Amino acid sequence: MWSALLTSNTQWVLISTMVLGIAAGTIGCLAYWKKQSLMSDSLAHASLPGVIIAYLLFAEKDLYILIAGAAVSALLGAAFIQGIRQTTKITEDTAMGMILSVFYGLGIMLLTIVNRSAGGNQAGLDSFIYGQAAAMVRSDVWTMIILALAAIFFVVIAFKEWKLYLFDPAFAKGIGLSLKGMNILYTLALVTTIVIGIQAVGVILISALLIIPPLSARYWTHSFGAMLFLSALFGGMAGATGTAVSTLGSGWPTGPFIVIFASGFFAVSLVFGKQKGILVNYLQFKKRQKLAQFQQNNNKFKAQGVSK
Amino acid sequence: MSYSAWIILTACLVGATSGLIGVFLILRKMAMMADAISHTVLLGIVIAFLITRELSGPHMLIGAIIAGLVTAFLVQWLHSLNIEQHASMGIVFTTLFAIGVILIATYVGNAHLDVKHALMGEITFIPWETMTLPFLGDVPVATAMLGFAFIIVLFFITAFYKEWKITSFDPALAASLGIPVIVMHYVFMSLVSVTTVAAFDAVGAIMVVAMLITPAAAAYLWTDKLSIMLVISGSFGIISAVLGYFIATWIDTSISGSMALATGILFIISFIFSPKHGLVSKFVKPATAKIMTQDG
Amino acid sequence: MAQPALKVMDLAASYRKNKVLYNVNFEVAAGTLTGVVGPNGAGKSTLIKTLLDLHPALTGHIEFYGLPFKKAKKKIGYVPQRGSVDWDFPTNALDVVTMGLYGNIGWLKRPSRKDKQKAYQSLEKMGMEGFADRQISELSGGQRQRVFLARALVQDADLYFMDEPLAGVDAATEKAIMRILQELKALGKTVLVVHHDLQTVEDYFDHVLLLNKTVIHHGKTENVFTSDKISETYGGNMKWITSREEGYHVVGPSNK
Repeated sequence: MWSALLTSNTQWVLISTMVLGIAAGTIGCLAYWKKQSLMSDSLAHASLPGVIIAYLLFAEKDLYILIAGAAVSALLGAAFIQGIRQTTKITEDTAMGMILSVFYGLGIMLLTIVNRSAGGNQAGLDSFIYGQAAAMVRSDVWTMIILALAAIFFVVIAFKEWKLYLFDPAFAKGIGLSLKGMNILYTLALVTTIVIGIQAVGVILISALLIIPPLSARYWTHSFGAMLFLSALFGGMAGATGTAVSTLGSGWPTGPFIVIFASGFFAVSLVFGKQKGILVNYLQFKKRQKLAQFQQNNNKFKAQGVSK
Repeated sequence: MSYSAWIILTACLVGATSGLIGVFLILRKMAMMADAISHTVLLGIVIAFLITRELSGPHMLIGAIIAGLVTAFLVQWLHSLNIEQHASMGIVFTTLFAIGVILIATYVGNAHLDVKHALMGEITFIPWETMTLPFLGDVPVATAMLGFAFIIVLFFITAFYKEWKITSFDPALAASLGIPVIVMHYVFMSLVSVTTVAAFDAVGAIMVVAMLITPAAAAYLWTDKLSIMLVISGSFGIISAVLGYFIATWIDTSISGSMALATGILFIISFIFSPKHGLVSKFVKPATAKIMTQDG
Repeated sequence: MAQPALKVMDLAASYRKNKVLYNVNFEVAAGTLTGVVGPNGAGKSTLIKTLLDLHPALTGHIEFYGLPFKKAKKKIGYVPQRGSVDWDFPTNALDVVTMGLYGNIGWLKRPSRKDKQKAYQSLEKMGMEGFADRQISELSGGQRQRVFLARALVQDADLYFMDEPLAGVDAATEKAIMRILQELKALGKTVLVVHHDLQTVEDYFDHVLLLNKTVIHHGKTENVFTSDKISETYGGNMKWITSREEGYHVVGPSNK
């Protein structure tokens, strides 16, 4: 029975979205502490023209080529954002919004041209952009898994360097860590995760997989290592359950279901999380309020005592 | 009026309206909020459709305004729970958007609403669906809605100009002077939602972000005066719309995508040539102004 | 005794789940110039923000000239910390000062020429008239602070709250600001200033409020600003060093 499951396409897709979720949860922690949650959204949108230009150049829907195109385009977007932020008074969020929407616009222009000229091939490209995990074939799955594992490996192997880089860059620099090098590695890992996620989740929602799991993890732990682990766990579970549910109906999109499950885990963490969850906070607040009132009464009592 | 004249007029209205609103979006550091709202508006429209089974202007408008306000409120709420603004925005809009897409896929089926249309916009079809207005005769529905949105935005910005200015620049002072900062915030979010939904049909959810942010950011590089920035930004919006239209007809592609690209072209031109902040001016004369601010 | 300008009872506030202020009680008499002094994290800024309803209070009751905040708004002027606004905002110095009048101008109306004149005069008072149409990003730190003060002056309030107006400004600006504060006091206005520089407290303020999460001491400077009371506020980290030869006091960390 196990082998039957293993050979079915759904099973493969399930594994790939799970690995994707784990990778996104891991890299997302880095983005979270870099305070760049929305950067992933911006770069995901910015990858669109790259995908289509790659397709136009090679006239082929080969995943490696599309991913390479997406990565180049996203990295270009990242460079633009950096450049605008450093040379003008325009703030980072404005720069991100601009790159996101203008690149996306260019992508739509090109896509329209492709759809007009290439006829039959377009359906594949569309599902690549809006996320349709069910449309993935075996080789796509392998590509995704390999790249996702590479990204995870990157983070895990240099765990303590990442930790330093994120929490105390000045100190990291002091002990000889190259911040520029780390920045490049970080951007590469982020872009890799984004572009491999596009096919399964879509350009618009892939950022959710990077943003939501780390946030959920934060409600359970104060340790960076544990946060990384939990975030990967939440991401993986959201990927697997979301994909499983999306296979229940015909034409149900995978990406949105994965996001809904990720948000569900977040909601649970937000309410019940043992670090700063709403419930815990509320109980603490009540306690403090009582204490404040008690102190006040006490003081009044003292004051009366003195005046008498 | 001819077919393409209607399209150009509609595009110009999108450019002008979002150009005006965009100035305050970037000055209030809420550029990404536009991105968030433009996505969640989809959910508002889907729910309005599910309730009324109609895709008419007023229903969509109300649904979108509510969605916009809910987004703003949720982001604020999560932020008040100690989640950073960028993260709370990210979680709110992706979740609401995902719900919207799922509702379309599961309940709405193949009604007149599909995700692709919502994301790309289809300004080409606009002149086909008309309504009759007093004095004006037959006007495309989308154009009428945009005209309405433009008037509302223009009215609110000019009538409460100084209140927008002070609440954007120094909300703490504004509050201490008795100006209702929070009410203004939500009014502003409603205006963003109105603009977004009115532009939705024409340019789609994501390209409206380009129309909102980019002309304003370009205008920011040309002037140090708010009133002039508003005029420039609005004009840039209109220029991008027209430019985009002609690019699109020239190479036969998506008009909304070309409009977004045109805003980017205008920005690059500003980025290079603006007299005060442009690249060229930085080469010609070293930035003396920056040195002056370096004391204390 | 006359109506106090400010009366605070049982005030408590928390910030990001940390309790910053508790059991704060004090009264400020009209016509005084009070320095609010305390270590970092003592809740000085939070105190001012809570008084002005910019930060929620957990408990407490506050009166301005016997009135609640909402009714006393027009009588209150606020000078926030310089870092609290974006100086790249597209506007000029005169415009920023005019903003101080927005509360009085009313809805739907534009600032009149008279309002602009008032704002200009206020800039003149701070010696900033030459910078009226200067874009605010091109002003130095001291000049920015003067613009902020001019904006407070134009409000023509009776009670002023200023958050670190002297932090990081040049000597000329510090002098100009202190001259204005003395002038305000001479006009019978009341001023509360969050201040960080212990050396100058005695010269600048007639009243001192020593704050460390609660009011440690409050009163006339000569009674309150003493060696032991300062140590009490700063938890023993600060010491009163009297330099006999030169005849002035230096306050510094005791572990040095």
